[in-house]
Amino acid sequence: MNRNTFLKTLAGAAALSMTGLAALAQSGEPIKVGEINHYKRMAAFAEPYKKGIELRLEEINAAGGVLDRPLEFVFRDDQGDPGEAIKIAEELMTSEGTVMLTGTILSNVGLAISSVAAEKQWVYLASEPLADALTWSQGNPWTFRLRTSTYMQAAMLAEQAAKTDAMKYATIAPNYAYGKDAVAAFKEVLTKLKPGVEFVGEQWPALFKIDAGAEVQALERSKPDAIYNVTFGPDLAKFVREGTTRGLFDGRTVYGLLSGEPEYLEPLADEAPEGWVVTGYPWYDFTEEDGANKVFVDAYQARFNETPKLGSLVGYMTAATVAAAIQKAGSTEGEAIRQAFEGLGVATPVGDITFREIDNQATMGAFIGTTALKDGAGVMTNWTYLDGADYLPSDEEVAKLRPAE
Amino acid sequence: MGLFIAQILTGLANAGALFMVASGLSLIFGVTRVVNFAHGSFYMLGAYVGYSLMQVLPGMVGFWVAILLAGIIVGLIGVIVEFCVLRPVYSAPELFQLVATFGVILVIQDLALMIWGPQDLLGPRAPGLKGVIRIMGEPVPQYDIALIVITPFVAFGLWYLITRTRVGTLVRAATQDREMVSALGVNQAWLFTGVFFLGCALAGLGGALQLPKGGADLLMDFNILGPVFVVVVIGGMGSLPGAYLAAVIISVLNVFGVTYAPQSTLVLMFVVMVIVLMFRPFGLLGKEEVAGEHGQVGEPERPIKPAGRNMRLLVAAGLLILGLLPFYGSNFAVVLVTDIMIFALFAASLHFMLGQGGLVSFGHAAFFGGGAYAAALFVTHANTPMELALVLAPVCAGLAAIVIGWVCLRSTGVYFAMLTLAFGQLLWSLAFQWSEVTGGDDGLVNIWPSDWASDNSVYYYLAFVLCVGGILLLRQAAHAPFGYAMRAARDSARQAEAMGINTKRIQWVAFTFAGVMAGLAGGLFVFSKGSIFPNELETARSFDALIVVFLGGVKTLSGGWVGAAFFEGIKDYLTRFEYWRLALGLSIIVIVILGPEGIVGSLRKAGERLGILKVPEDAK
Repeated sequence: MNRNTFLKTLAGAAALSMTGLAALAQSGEPIKVGEINHYKRMAAFAEPYKKGIELRLEEINAAGGVLDRPLEFVFRDDQGDPGEAIKIAEELMTSEGTVMLTGTILSNVGLAISSVAAEKQWVYLASEPLADALTWSQGNPWTFRLRTSTYMQAAMLAEQAAKTDAMKYATIAPNYAYGKDAVAAFKEVLTKLKPGVEFVGEQWPALFKIDAGAEVQALERSKPDAIYNVTFGPDLAKFVREGTTRGLFDGRTVYGLLSGEPEYLEPLADEAPEGWVVTGYPWYDFTEEDGANKVFVDAYQARFNETPKLGSLVGYMTAATVAAAIQKAGSTEGEAIRQAFEGLGVATPVGDITFREIDNQATMGAFIGTTALKDGAGVMTNWTYLDGADYLPSDEEVAKLRPAE
Repeated sequence: MGLFIAQILTGLANAGALFMVASGLSLIFGVTRVVNFAHGSFYMLGAYVGYSLMQVLPGMVGFWVAILLAGIIVGLIGVIVEFCVLRPVYSAPELFQLVATFGVILVIQDLALMIWGPQDLLGPRAPGLKGVIRIMGEPVPQYDIALIVITPFVAFGLWYLITRTRVGTLVRAATQDREMVSALGVNQAWLFTGVFFLGCALAGLGGALQLPKGGADLLMDFNILGPVFVVVVIGGMGSLPGAYLAAVIISVLNVFGVTYAPQSTLVLMFVVMVIVLMFRPFGLLGKEEVAGEHGQVGEPERPIKPAGRNMRLLVAAGLLILGLLPFYGSNFAVVLVTDIMIFALFAASLHFMLGQGGLVSFGHAAFFGGGAYAAALFVTHANTPMELALVLAPVCAGLAAIVIGWVCLRSTGVYFAMLTLAFGQLLWSLAFQWSEVTGGDDGLVNIWPSDWASDNSVYYYLAFVLCVGGILLLRQAAHAPFGYAMRAARDSARQAEAMGINTKRIQWVAFTFAGVMAGLAGGLFVFSKGSIFPNELETARSFDALIVVFLGGVKTLSGGWVGAAFFEGIKDYLTRFEYWRLALGLSIIVIVILGPEGIVGSLRKAGERLGILKVPEDAK
């Protein structure tokens, strides 16, 4: 807290020295935003995310804030418990005076907040949860999602897979909603692009309790041409190690959802798998040509003296989105912010994104590339950024997926 | 055939770490009667310490020395914990120590986060054992072979220590009758410390040994806990060969489960446990629990009396203050207190069967979550109105309790507790897996109260009436003849039977009644949150209730709800700070040490000492 206050003072002082207008801005009552996350339970992912938010906030406030008032995030830990998150949401919105809610990584917590948001008419920006249900089957007018959804990322990988000769696929995904969504979406899109593909094996290890040796044996037994991997975190590390040791990946292409994100690739160090087609975040490769991407990465490293994760980018974009929405609304009133979110355009390090009016999903895309080893660390090579807007189902299908408003 | 053998080898390799952690837990329980929840934390520490040592110690020798050192260091940490946290509370009521170990879990979690950071650490590979051996064409990692070889040596070493040495004789004697051992002049305190060292060292060793197959992360502690308890129970508490056998059975079955029924991995081991306990109520190689203790530890419980006039006035005043909350409290206060009241009813229902009936359940969340899910399912699939759903929630939970109680009550003590845990886990996996109906872990959302109750204040009154009413009803049951029969069955089943009380039926009814009340709390919960997810059925939720019951005081009538209110309140406050788990863990430990009789018990004592409360005649 103290450090935050110090930074705010610092930012305020900086602004004061720049223009008189900015100084005026800093004197206004801050606009507060409630940010609920699993800071302890998912510390490896939530901390970079928080830093991303802090970085963008400092920039925004140094430039005069929003609506001539400083923007402030109130960070609260929900222990990864949906019931707890709802209680905190209530406190933030009714006692703390926040104007909207953001946050969560776990999809179930995101869905819980989204449900209470619709009931109480609070705006909720689901920054990191990936579940398709959030904008589709359980979608509601008050919930908006920033990050590229499971379906979009799976569709990107399926498109790559369709270009190869592989016909027999095996899948491995954690046995919970995200894993199931990810496999279903990959199957759907791949079968559409390339009828005749066959899914010869499906493995469902319990989340973070993988028995990697047994899973690898089971996958090997189904003799697939290619493998689709959805495991992440400690599960991924164990899977990669057993798979490499036992030669599972020899002569097979692996498609890895999220596997290229620094959060998951970095812990693997020199054991990172090579030749996997993955979605991720190749921050180390950005050059001047990548424009805002490079600017963000440099600013982040200069500010925190550590390398950015994908979470950092999402956090940064979260703060940017909130500022843009409130600016566009011209007010901190809930309904005004909600309307501002419809079709909202935000300039971000990865380019301009839009919050679609049809399903409240942002068009943030993903980096897709092939993994390789470089200086004893896993990196993505030959990567491209794919725009999320191109990987969503048609408007008619989306309308069918989403309950009528 | 090759694959078959390779799979068995994978299972045997997996059994290694599992056996070491489980044997440590089994040893500690056998001698000290402490159910050490923190055992998973020592396993996690073993992995982290081993990882750090391997960064410093190079080469093949360094690798193995690091593993050994990790075991020893974790053992020493265990000694510190035993000395500071457990020694002061050995004389507390049975199972009270598990609350202290729960505090230790929280403290270790935050300390590990501070020291090693949030990133998952990938374990270094064993130097010289990085490749595979081909057995009938199937690749088998060399390190797996090493684990398969090492584990029997450790098991044999333990067996030798326990059966062939003087120390082992003492340990076995203490397992059977620790009072007798101390009466014979053995320093019991050091025996306990020694066993704790050994048990924790084994856990640390297990954590370090699995490094090349995985790594170190902050979720390890809870993840290993389920399998370890299952292994210990299937093998038979206190039996080392049993633990080895069970570890092998579970691990090998799991490997085949992964291949032939990939979706089964969530529940397989719990199903095995239920089946084993149905036929062998004390595990495969366990012996019937000889009454290890003569009577209860601690001072005898006082007879229950209705509250005096002053206490009644005090409670009435308290209820009045609570009842008027919406008029002077903030909206958030109303929401928070609603949460607390619901949790208090849940805790009170567990307290009823634990305190009055002596039935320690590790799976009470099955009825809380079960009631919540019943209500949510009726609303989602049948458009049931809230009023009806709130009736159906306790009814369904009660029906579930009848069935589950019938199976679980065939066992007693820790085995009973583990069976309830298994059923809790089965219900959880049902909610988790059956996504067409239950929504899987995406849960069921948009379950809001009827229009008239949608305002927070109105819902507050609804919860107030039902929760306070429920708690008073539980209290009334304790004073009724039924309550006397429960206590008789708890204190002396044989004498109760001789007096014509059907103890099993009494316990069955008590179990069901507690289930009904937990279900009511669950129903209220789901409408206050508007959604329900499988985590309300998780074992962690059962433990939440168990912890507050002990914190509040088992041997009191109001321990359940007082503990719940206190714990929820302090948690709501502490979670605002960065290292709240450390703070919460330390507070729990302090409470446990200062007030081994729980909050209510200690307050009563203090009140009597200060002369505010009258000491009853029969307690002098």
